[in-house]
Amino acid sequence: MASLIDFANPTRFMRLSGTLLPWMTGAAMLLLALGFYLAWFVAPADYQQGETIRIMFVHVPAAWLALMFYTMMAVSGLGTLVWRHPLADVAQKAAAPIGACFALICLLTGAFWGKPMWGTYWVWDARLTSVLVLFLIYLGIIALWRALDDSARAGRAVAILTLVGFVNVPIIKFSVDWWNTLHQPASVFRAGGPTIHPSMLWPLLILALGFTLLGLGLHLVAMRAEIMRRRVRTLTILEAERLDRLAAQALPV
Amino acid sequence: MSALMSGLGPHAGFILASYGAVVLILGGLIMAILFDHRAQKRALAALEQRGAGRRSDRASS
Repeated sequence: MASLIDFANPTRFMRLSGTLLPWMTGAAMLLLALGFYLAWFVAPADYQQGETIRIMFVHVPAAWLALMFYTMMAVSGLGTLVWRHPLADVAQKAAAPIGACFALICLLTGAFWGKPMWGTYWVWDARLTSVLVLFLIYLGIIALWRALDDSARAGRAVAILTLVGFVNVPIIKFSVDWWNTLHQPASVFRAGGPTIHPSMLWPLLILALGFTLLGLGLHLVAMRAEIMRRRVRTLTILEAERLDRLAAQALPV
Repeated sequence: MSALMSGLGPHAGFILASYGAVVLILGGLIMAILFDHRAQKRALAALEQRGAGRRSDRASS
């Protein structure tokens, strides 16, 4: 816990994230390049899906990351409400657009896969609908951040909304087990091991790791921008106060 | 392009549309975050150059 509190210092965070970022970016680029090479030129076409299996290599990591970023936001929400961690609402605010983008990629690529495989872009299936709800919650959180000027109030309101919305995460995960869905059940993280052939599983896992590092790198950059935005706001207020004082001194009484 | 389309089979349009969506959405996100970071960095540098927030300013209040 002591290290978490140490890391809460924005100056220390800026220094540490500045050191980490080039390494994360480099590793993400390497993994994505290797993953896409394997996914496009080594992995075979699926015996049933044919070449549309290539869509899975971006659809599945996007789905995982949409859930991962929401889970990170829920932990940050706890950090804001329970521990009043100084960087918790910064992390929460920075994560929302990234998670929303991955949820949108998941929905769009799923629709583009669904049309040739299921014969339709969309069905009101439990998995698809719950991911759509996740995307809408992301949009609501982003809108709430923009609606409130006071970042401390906005942080608390968003933390409550995020924690309430977290109920959707296990629903998404288990929707394919709890209900009869057109969407196939889990084929990677399941009891009994993955059902995907290693020639397709490895590119998928490498791409998932590459997208994860890319997303986390973007999260760090967005957090740095948010810390600077708050510093700019504070300094602007101090500057205005200083100018007021100077103006008052210049005026004859 | 036509060789790529034929290599991807009858559903090439859906595959390319998926990857196009990924490039557009992630590209837009990366640009937005980097532009915002650069804008905040410049604004902060400009304020610090003007001496805003110096301890001596606050002490005199």
